[in-house]
Amino acid sequence: MRLLRIVPDDTKFDFMRFRRISFPISALMSILAITLYFYHGLNFGIDFKGGTLIEVQSKSGPADLAKMRASLATLGLGEVQLQQFGGPTDVLIRVAEQPGGDAAQQVAVTKVRGVLGTDVDYRRVEVVGPRVSGELLSYGVIGLGLAILCILVYLWFRFEWQFALGAMIANVHDIVLTIGFMSVTQVDFDLTSIAALLTILGYSLNDTVVIYDRIREMLRRYKKMPMPDLLNASVNQTLSRSVITHVTVSLALLALLLFGGQAIHSFTATMMFGVVLVGTYTSVFIASPILIYLGVGTGRDAMTKAAK
Amino acid sequence: MLYFTRWKAAAIVLTALVVCLFAVPNFLPDKFVQSWPKWAQLHVVLGLDLQGGSHILLEVDSNDVLKQRMDALRDDVRRVLRDARVGYTGLTSRGNTVEVRIREGSSFDTALTKLRELSQPLGGILGGNGQRSLDITDAGGGLIRLTVPDVAVTDRIRSAVEQTLPIIEKRINQLGLVEPTIQRQGTDRILVQVPGLGDPQRLLDIIGKTAKLEFRMVDVTIPLEQALQGRAPPDDDILYSASQPKTPYLVEKRVLVSGDELTDAQPGFDQRTSEPIVSFRFNTSGARKFAQTTQENVGKPFAIVLDNEVISAPVIREPILGGSGQISGSFTVQSANDLAILLRAGALPAKLTPIEQRVVGAGLGQDSIDKGKLASYVGAAMVIVFMIATYGLFGVFANIAVAINVAMIFGVLSLLGATLTLPGIAGIVLTVGIAVDSNVLIYERIREEVRGGRTPINAIDAGFSRALATILDSNITTFIAAAVLFYIGTGPVRGFAVTLGIGIITTVFTAFTLTRLIVATWVRWRRPQHVPI
Repeated sequence: MRLLRIVPDDTKFDFMRFRRISFPISALMSILAITLYFYHGLNFGIDFKGGTLIEVQSKSGPADLAKMRASLATLGLGEVQLQQFGGPTDVLIRVAEQPGGDAAQQVAVTKVRGVLGTDVDYRRVEVVGPRVSGELLSYGVIGLGLAILCILVYLWFRFEWQFALGAMIANVHDIVLTIGFMSVTQVDFDLTSIAALLTILGYSLNDTVVIYDRIREMLRRYKKMPMPDLLNASVNQTLSRSVITHVTVSLALLALLLFGGQAIHSFTATMMFGVVLVGTYTSVFIASPILIYLGVGTGRDAMTKAAK
Repeated sequence: MLYFTRWKAAAIVLTALVVCLFAVPNFLPDKFVQSWPKWAQLHVVLGLDLQGGSHILLEVDSNDVLKQRMDALRDDVRRVLRDARVGYTGLTSRGNTVEVRIREGSSFDTALTKLRELSQPLGGILGGNGQRSLDITDAGGGLIRLTVPDVAVTDRIRSAVEQTLPIIEKRINQLGLVEPTIQRQGTDRILVQVPGLGDPQRLLDIIGKTAKLEFRMVDVTIPLEQALQGRAPPDDDILYSASQPKTPYLVEKRVLVSGDELTDAQPGFDQRTSEPIVSFRFNTSGARKFAQTTQENVGKPFAIVLDNEVISAPVIREPILGGSGQISGSFTVQSANDLAILLRAGALPAKLTPIEQRVVGAGLGQDSIDKGKLASYVGAAMVIVFMIATYGLFGVFANIAVAINVAMIFGVLSLLGATLTLPGIAGIVLTVGIAVDSNVLIYERIREEVRGGRTPINAIDAGFSRALATILDSNITTFIAAAVLFYIGTGPVRGFAVTLGIGIITTVFTAFTLTRLIVATWVRWRRPQHVPI
């Protein structure tokens, strides 16, 4: 049986020369993502914004969204969003946070239940009060920062500081672009999004570390090879692994995306973008070439020259 | 790298086998497992998002706690000064401070000494740290200032939470709900998780009600209209009826008998009107007080007050001496039943506010399980096919290793009694990706070594030893992310972190031991002339 070879042996792509294109592109994309974040914003879910989310399923045929919207509008609850969720019978209702503190949120739920009555099945009711949502958001941001910091310290111990810094720049780049993606698509930004961001972080690092490991090995073995050549060789040698791994991860994610249901849809969509598109690109086109600028291997040159 | 001593190989296989076996109860029907010993029954707990249930985070109202403390303090000051026969003017309370002005300078020192006795060390006799429950100072000009320090308020809140926990548990148990989790969180919060439920709104009503029951006299000495216009006597409150339309009542502040003196409460029906009622019985002292008051006040109305709302205000027709009575007041069968539960379990020491609530219906939970299963099967099938297409026989090895890996994740989850959530299933699917990656790293390295001109056995050996270092490095970084996620995450997110973290550990274990053992056994058996990848 002939085995599948997605990447031929001994590829010799000049990834490092591509940095003159990839760096400006990444810089531009990052700026775009940040601009989007500030001007378009994220679609904060109730975890971070507070408010009420109710998922109902109509008991008798497809749900009449217009009718539900009209009857909910009479309640005076401020902004009420209705959205088809999965099948035609399922509707997601979002009620904005009510003024008047934590207890007022409960009143909103009671009112909505009063209007919709027993024609629908209440599949999910979530109420997050104003204080909890603030805490959840700060925990999320702290967690993200803490994770980056811990990983940075680990890499610093395991490699040289340039590698740690390179990995961190790559990391932040991933996170920024993913946040840009979330802003464009307006997927719900909630606790699971933080989980998605952290997983993207872990995966992207995983990838970067594999290539860095190879670079370190090459640095020890070839003392005189110019840095760009050495980096190119390292990336090319690990290219087959990168591609195969990403194909398998994509297959797993694709299954989740297609069959995992609405509840984790935004999670998997974000992961798909972050892991498959950004993560791979970053380790090859950003994390590796940036080592040239951070001065990896320059000391090595000086040492070999001095030895001569 | 390819040589294993016999006992080492046995230890590896045994470890994997034992861990996998712990996963078995999850896949067998409950009836089958029940006859097993307890330790063998351990299984994965489904999260509320998968089996349906309520997650409610409640907060003790610190303002309410402070207000109660200040009211009690003011009463204490009044009592102490009266007992010491010290004249005073202007007893006021604002924020966390009570101020009282002593009328005569000669009795000032007596007053100060007597009031100082109100201050007690915090934390009891043991474990006290020198802080006291009150700061009492001489503010000059005959003014004494009593301040409740923040530590003392926090202390009160903490003990209020402590007292609340068993009451909530009692209430939930009486609703007939099984396996509730009731935990304190931080100083002033309580997390209640109840799997599978009929009516989440009712659960919330039952948990969140303070249920402070009081019997108080209705003040008929002045007309109600006059009181409503803002001239209510200082010893009275204006309270409204619980039922619609809201009717005002002028009720004395003095509490005749309160709910703590009840020994029992049961729902029932009125014999004449067959309306739902709640009948109750007082303890001895409650019965005596109630008998005395009713004897003295025949013909006057009294009010049954629940959480500052008047349930009913019947007129006392005859003295009630037996120590039992009934409350009627437009109840439904359910509301009478709920009130009886509340009265039996007792009142909460302070108001509770729900600040977060997540309810998942059982139907949605089952859908999520089905979808999660389907996604996992499809994902696994695609990965298996892809791996065999790419690596042939070694692909089969990899698939075996990954399958054992997943079984081990379930084994560890069962051992820990961990909770599996929907994001947790996603975590397992992602672990499959990581586990496959560790195999890919090894095989790609072997390919390289073969290309580098090594003999097959040499290449395999070198491939393993070099790839494993990389696997360790890359997995530790992902593990750090999982650990942080576990640390900061709540609920479903934490479930994701748990499966991801456990998955990484089992992945590293299988890569370092099982995969190697499988390949080593194959090499010893076939003595390959070339590596088929």
